[in-house]
Amino acid sequence: MTTPALTSIVDLAARFPGIVTPDARPGFSGFIVEKDSLVEVATAIRDEMGFDLLTAVTGVDYLPENKMEVVYCAYRTTGGPGLIFKVQVPRVDPVEVPSLIDLWPGVDLQEREAWDLMGIKFTGHPDLRRILMWEGFEGHPLRKDWKEGFYEEDTKPFKSRWPDGQFYMAEDKNPFKDNLTFPQNFDPEKWIPEGDALLYGALARYTVKNESGLNTDRIVINMGPHHPSTHGVFRAVMTLDGETIVGLKPVLGYLHRNHDKIGERNTYLLNMPFTDRLDYFNSMTNNFGYAITVEKLMKIPVAERAEYIRIIVSELTRVQNHLIFIGTLLNDLGAMYTPSLYAFEERELILDIFEAISGARMMCNYFRFGGVVRDIPDDVMQKIKGLVHERLPAKTDEMERFLSENEVLVSRMKGVRMIGAEDAIRYSITGPVLRAAGVPYDIRRADPYGIYDRFDFDVAVRHNGDLMDNYLIRIDEIRQSLRILKQAIKQIPEGPINSQKPVYQVRVPAGEAYGRIESPKGELAFYVVSNGKPNPWRYHVRPASFVNLTALEKISVGNKIADFVALLAMFDIVMGECDR
Amino acid sequence: MDNEKISLPQYDIPEDMQHAIAVTTLDRLYNWGRRSSVWPLMFGLACCAIEMIAAQTARYDMARFGMEVMRPTPRQADLLLVSGTVTKKMVPAIVRLYNQMPEPKYVVAMGACASGGGPFKEGYNVVAGIDKFLPVDVYIPGCPPTPQALIAGMIKLQEKIDKQSYKKSRWYDKKKQDANYVPVPILGPDLIDPRRNEEIRIAAAKRENEG
Repeated sequence: MTTPALTSIVDLAARFPGIVTPDARPGFSGFIVEKDSLVEVATAIRDEMGFDLLTAVTGVDYLPENKMEVVYCAYRTTGGPGLIFKVQVPRVDPVEVPSLIDLWPGVDLQEREAWDLMGIKFTGHPDLRRILMWEGFEGHPLRKDWKEGFYEEDTKPFKSRWPDGQFYMAEDKNPFKDNLTFPQNFDPEKWIPEGDALLYGALARYTVKNESGLNTDRIVINMGPHHPSTHGVFRAVMTLDGETIVGLKPVLGYLHRNHDKIGERNTYLLNMPFTDRLDYFNSMTNNFGYAITVEKLMKIPVAERAEYIRIIVSELTRVQNHLIFIGTLLNDLGAMYTPSLYAFEERELILDIFEAISGARMMCNYFRFGGVVRDIPDDVMQKIKGLVHERLPAKTDEMERFLSENEVLVSRMKGVRMIGAEDAIRYSITGPVLRAAGVPYDIRRADPYGIYDRFDFDVAVRHNGDLMDNYLIRIDEIRQSLRILKQAIKQIPEGPINSQKPVYQVRVPAGEAYGRIESPKGELAFYVVSNGKPNPWRYHVRPASFVNLTALEKISVGNKIADFVALLAMFDIVMGECDR
Repeated sequence: MDNEKISLPQYDIPEDMQHAIAVTTLDRLYNWGRRSSVWPLMFGLACCAIEMIAAQTARYDMARFGMEVMRPTPRQADLLLVSGTVTKKMVPAIVRLYNQMPEPKYVVAMGACASGGGPFKEGYNVVAGIDKFLPVDVYIPGCPPTPQALIAGMIKLQEKIDKQSYKKSRWYDKKKQDANYVPVPILGPDLIDPRRNEEIRIAAAKRENEG
C-alpha cells in the first residue's frame, strides 16, 4: 500500500466531547457529528485545524439501518491526509441536514446533487433545486428503494435472460413498454410542465440592482445545451446588462447517465469500463482513481511493474488532455480548427499506444485491482520512448512558439481575471485552475498515490490567476509530465503485472474508502462503501469538472459575455464526468 | 426501373463528341450534388463526439467524402449525427433541433448508446436509442465507433442518398412535407412522448388496479 490511509491526524472527538464520536464501524474511519452542531464543528475544522479545502459532499442511504448519512471530506491545501466527517439522520422525510454553504461555497452544486438524487434537504441552502434531473421528476433515484423502469434485480450478474430458451427484452416487462415509470392514475394530458420557472426565479433573485440611475433592460441569454463552444451539452443561463454578465446559473444533467445507480448494481470489476466513460478524454486516469479506491478497501498491494505502467499511461493521458485543451481553447477564442488539428495529430500518436496495449483507442479499460490487464510490449515501449524523448518535447515547444506570444492571444487573455487563491480554495476548485491562482496544490505531491513519491518533478504553479496563466500552466504541466515519463521509462522493472490472480468477482471486505487522484482536470475521487457483498453499497464519483463549475457564477459575474466562452474553456469541462 | 439503371447512359454519343458531351439523368446529377456535400450538424453528445472530431482531423479526414462543413445551426444542416447517449433531459432539445432542420434531412445513430441505449440502457435518465423518437437512416455500432467505422457509416448514408429519386421524395411533395415533424417530448414525472399519451394513461390507470 503506497497510498496513505485516511487516518485522521486530529482528534475531533476530544475537541468536541459528546458532540463528535469516532466512527466505530469496522472498516470505517472519520467522525460522526451531531446534526445540530455541524456548522460549529465544521467551522472549527476549517479555522482551527486548517482543513480549508472541502472536496466532497455526498449522501449514503443506509436502508437496512433506516439511516441517511452525509459524508464530508476535508483536506489541507498544505498537503497531507484528509479528514472525513459525517452526519447521520433518521431516514424519515423530510431528511434535513444544515447546509455548509456559508463556510464553503464550493458545496453548492454537490448539496444540490445530494438533494436531487438522495432527497437530503440542506437547510439554509439558498437555491436548493434539482440539478441533474429536472424539476417535476418523481422521486429521488439514488435511494435504495427507488426503482427505475428497466429494473430487473438488485444486483448483477442477473439471472438467465432466456430461462426457457426464450429471450425477452427489458421493454416487455415494463407496463409502459419503455424505460418509464409513472405514478398511478397519471394523465399526461393534464400535466403542466414546470418549465424553467424556478431557474429563472433563482436567476432573478441573485441579480444586483442597477445603481447608475439609468433605466436599462436586462437580457436573459440561454447558452446551450446545443452550442459549439460549451464542450458538450452544458447549458448556462445568464442575465446581461449590456455586455456585462450580472447573473449566471449553470444547468447540468443533459448527459446524466446514472453512473452511480448503475455502479451500485454492478460488481466491482464491472464498474471499470464504466469509469472509462466518465471523462472520456482520460480513461486511463479514471481507471486509476477507481483502482486505487478499491485497492484501498481490499488492502492489496500493486505489482511493481504495474505501478510504473500506471504512471506511464496516466502521464501520457495528461499530455494529450492538455494538448487538446489548448486546441479547443484556441477554437473557442476564434482560431478555428488549425491549433486543434495540431493537437489531434499528437493525440493520435498517444492513442496508438493505448490501442496497442489495451485494444481500444479511447475506452481502454486497462486497470485491474492489483495491477493492469496487459503488459506493454517491447516495441510499444520503444515507441513511447521515441514520443517522450523526441517528438512530444519538440511539439510542445512548437505549440508554445506558435501561440504563447501571439499578439491576439495575449491581448485576449492577459489580465482577464479568473479567480484568486482564497476564493479558489473556498469554492473547492482543484487542478490547474487552482494552481494557476497561486496555490501549489497537486495531489501527486500533497497526498501521493501510486508511486508518485519516487519521481522528481515540480508542481506547476502560476500566480496571476488570469486566463493567460491558466493557459500557460497547461504547457508547464505537459513539461512536468514528460519529466516524470522520462524517469518512469528509465526505471521500469521487469516482473509480473498483477499481484492478484485474474478473477471476475473480487472479495472486498466491508468498509469505506475515499480514493483520489490528480486527474488532468483536477481532483477525481471515488467514494465507495462496501458491505462485504460482491457489489458496492454506495459508489460515488467526485468529478473535478462538476465541482469546479460551482465557481463559474462567481468567476463570470462582472466579466463580459465575449470572455465567457474563454472562462468556461479554462475549466476544461467534460460533460461525461460532470453529469456522470 | 431502379435508380441505378436509370442513371446509365442510354444514348450513343458520336466518338468525336465524347469529350464534350456527357449524358446522365437528373436524379443522378441531383444525388451526386447532395451526397458529396452532406453538411452535418456540429452537435456532440458524449464520448462518440470526440471520435467524430477525430474523424475530421488530419489522419482520417472526412472531408475526402465531402462532409467537412459542420454547421452549428440546425437550419443549415442536413445530417443529424447523434453522437452519444441520449438522455431524457436532452431528448426534447434533440427533437427540436431535428424539427428545425430543413428537408432533405438524415439521422445517423453513432455508437451503441444512440442506437439502443448501450451500456447505460438501464439508467433512469437514459433513452434506449434515438430511434424511439427520430427516424434513423444509418446505425453505426461501436462504443465508441472508430473514425474508420464512422466514415464507413457515412459512406452507407451516401449509398442511401444515391438510391433516392427526386420524383418520389417527400420534401417536394406538399402533402408529405410535415410527415417528418416529431412532437417534442415533455418532461413530466418521467419522459412523456405526446404520441403515446393514450397508452401511458391506460397503463398508469391499470397500474393502480393491479397494485
